[in-house]
Amino acid sequence: MSTLEATNVGHQVGHKVVLEASNVTMRFGGLTAVNDVSMQVHDGEIVGLIGPNGAGKTTFFNCLTGMYIPTEGTVKLSGEVLPPKPLKVVRAGMARTFQNIRLFGNMTALENVMVGRYCRTSSMALTSVLRGPKFKREEAATRERAQELLDYVGLGKSAELLARNMPYGDQRRLEIARALATDPQLLLLDEPTAGMNPKETEECMHLIFKIRDSGLAVVVIEHDMRFIFQLCDRVLCLVRGALLIEGTPGEVQSDPRVIEAYIGGSDDDDDEEGTK
Amino acid sequence: MSKLTLSDDVRATHGSKAPMLAMVGGALVLLSGLLSWSADSTVLDDVSVRFYPIGAQIYIMVMGITAIVLGVLLRKRPAWMSPGRGLRILGWATIAFVLLMALFAIGYETGALANLNEGLPVALVGGVLVLLAGMVTPEVTLDVRRWPKLSSSLEIVVIVVMMAFLLFAVAHALSLESWTFIAFLLMLVGVAGAVLGTGIGGYLGFVGANNRRPLLLAAFLVAFLFPFTQDGSDANMSIATQIIIFAATALGLNIVVGLAGLLDLGYIAFLGTGAYVGAMMSQSAFATIGWKPPFLVVMLIGSLVAATFGLIIGSPTLRVSGDYLAIVTLGFGEIFRLAMFNLDGNNGPKLTNGPNGIPGIPDLNFFGFDFGESHSIAGFELGRFANYYLLLLLLIAFVILVFSRLNDSRLGRGWVAIREDERAAEAMGVNVFGLKLLAFAVGAALAGIAGTIKAHVDTSVSPDQYIFLESAFLLAAVVLGGMGTVVGVLVGASILKLLPEKLREVNDYRLLAFGLLLVLMMRFRPEGLVASKRRQLEFHEDDEELVALTQQEHLLEAQAEAK
Repeated sequence: MSTLEATNVGHQVGHKVVLEASNVTMRFGGLTAVNDVSMQVHDGEIVGLIGPNGAGKTTFFNCLTGMYIPTEGTVKLSGEVLPPKPLKVVRAGMARTFQNIRLFGNMTALENVMVGRYCRTSSMALTSVLRGPKFKREEAATRERAQELLDYVGLGKSAELLARNMPYGDQRRLEIARALATDPQLLLLDEPTAGMNPKETEECMHLIFKIRDSGLAVVVIEHDMRFIFQLCDRVLCLVRGALLIEGTPGEVQSDPRVIEAYIGGSDDDDDEEGTK
Repeated sequence: MSKLTLSDDVRATHGSKAPMLAMVGGALVLLSGLLSWSADSTVLDDVSVRFYPIGAQIYIMVMGITAIVLGVLLRKRPAWMSPGRGLRILGWATIAFVLLMALFAIGYETGALANLNEGLPVALVGGVLVLLAGMVTPEVTLDVRRWPKLSSSLEIVVIVVMMAFLLFAVAHALSLESWTFIAFLLMLVGVAGAVLGTGIGGYLGFVGANNRRPLLLAAFLVAFLFPFTQDGSDANMSIATQIIIFAATALGLNIVVGLAGLLDLGYIAFLGTGAYVGAMMSQSAFATIGWKPPFLVVMLIGSLVAATFGLIIGSPTLRVSGDYLAIVTLGFGEIFRLAMFNLDGNNGPKLTNGPNGIPGIPDLNFFGFDFGESHSIAGFELGRFANYYLLLLLLIAFVILVFSRLNDSRLGRGWVAIREDERAAEAMGVNVFGLKLLAFAVGAALAGIAGTIKAHVDTSVSPDQYIFLESAFLLAAVVLGGMGTVVGVLVGASILKLLPEKLREVNDYRLLAFGLLLVLMMRFRPEGLVASKRRQLEFHEDDEELVALTQQEHLLEAQAEAK
């Protein structure tokens, strides 16, 4: 995998702060799932979010994307405070994928990506029925952009397959293409390589580098340590909802507390999404 | 159906016998048409005479011939056909045909099964043989790339033949009564199912998709020509108008249920809203609103009022989902009926005359063209209902246009995304709440327009026309025909409106029959009679052949589109 390590070398992280989450806290009744977590992401940066199962990583993602309304704290994207509404968050330029793939199974790959263009297009009922030149232009542009994105993630030939019939790895990539269709500045990936074989994982890493190189900031939740330490510019480790350590992959990897958290934390083996 | 097919071993050893089985079975079925079915000569237009086939006997002979043809095809079959599937469908249809005719048309109508003669048992044996032939036929994956390539003009000929056949079938079906009608319907199901199941269905769909415009034109031409086949008789035209009104409303509901996936059990209220608006603004002596705008304006107002109601109901109720939404909408449907019942001047403003409703609504009159009178066009007499039929044809064309264009647009994709996974749709920037409201509003508006015309067709409007049962029927039409499709809903609506008209003898049991029909449908074809391939996959995920076939078809269509 030496080629992969080479990819991240010599890359310069930008200076513009894309995402700034300050003191985000999420309580469910008496349970504090996320406790006072702050995080900054710059443009062209890949940030990793690790932590044992149940550490609150996905909950933190949900707070960032407006799916949960954080009990305390604010989320800023390019300096603007985000309202906790998924719709507005996506419009502002933050897109995500899901831990357990949530594609629109009975739509084709192309249609899935076209749904991602929804928030960047505007034709409403009347224009859709009348089919004027503006509608046709927009529809053609949507289709073209969707096909482009499928080609980008390497699914160009699968455009007409139903999402549910696609191989697992392709479904993960399709989800990324769908998220990219919303023209985000920041992409949140929730366990993008879960269930992938080593070859697919490697391809996924290349894809993420490619996305980063196009100027996007990326935040990745992952359990695969090798993957995350090769991929990321910076890594945050969450334990029991709180930020344990933040640093370069080297620093985090060698920190004894991180190792302890993973080994000692096996008593709460709950999966955030899985228990719902 | 997978459980009903045999194991691969059995197929491998007995597969070679399939063509023979099919041909013998088909021959028996064919022969049964020439035999006597009943000792009593009063049922089914007298099927007691041997070697004098009539009505239902001719239909079963058609089924027999179809089986023989499939058997021949089975011997040297093209790679894009799978007569096995077709034979199974034909076999089941033949058995159902025989049982229904034996038990009900002859047994029940004459009062004794003893009246049965040799014909139907012979057909039963034939049907079972055909079914067996279908079961032992080895399944092979169809290769749709082998579809014959016709020149575009030949493809249009295919479409015209299909449409001409359709017109003939409909006109013929409407001329039939009671059990003969059922027999005809079963034959259609059997033969069409056999032909389509063989793989020709996918091919015809492909040809249709390649020639969408000619297909649509031909379909509407057929519908337009239909009144001219009726010799000025209004009996069938009256049913036809009811079917179109019902179908237009069901298509509106299809946006809500089929596309956006919201279960609405009070939909008839929107049709009622339109009808009441149409009645209140009509020239009727009982109309409660003094303003009498031209009918086009009334239609617009009717749709706007219905859409407004849709929004009013939608905004609070759409915050609940699934079963809860169904219950709330059911409640709304009842509220509408009760409100119309009570707005009689005693309990509230005098708008609807309460239970008496608004009778005496005069016929429409467009620029001197009186819909109430017979007109003669090119020597053909068109009665009152035929006039309305032609108007309603415009309406349904409009509704279909709105439905299919919305379906194939940004909004349609948003709706389907919501149906598939609401949270994911939201996370991808789809305005879930707004789109749900829009679905309600657009669907309600379409139903509202249909309602304003319905008021004039029926000449009266009263609350008891808008009961829950009607909402249930609308939903049944959508589910029976195929959710999310246009043709499916048209078929579903036609069946649900036609059957009660043609089966007056068993009218008391019609709810029982519909219930049974729906249960059977959910067991054997949950995707509806005319399903989109998408829905079919949803319900038959484990059918690998279907999956492979669909993928091939998708690719082929994409190629055709790219050209």
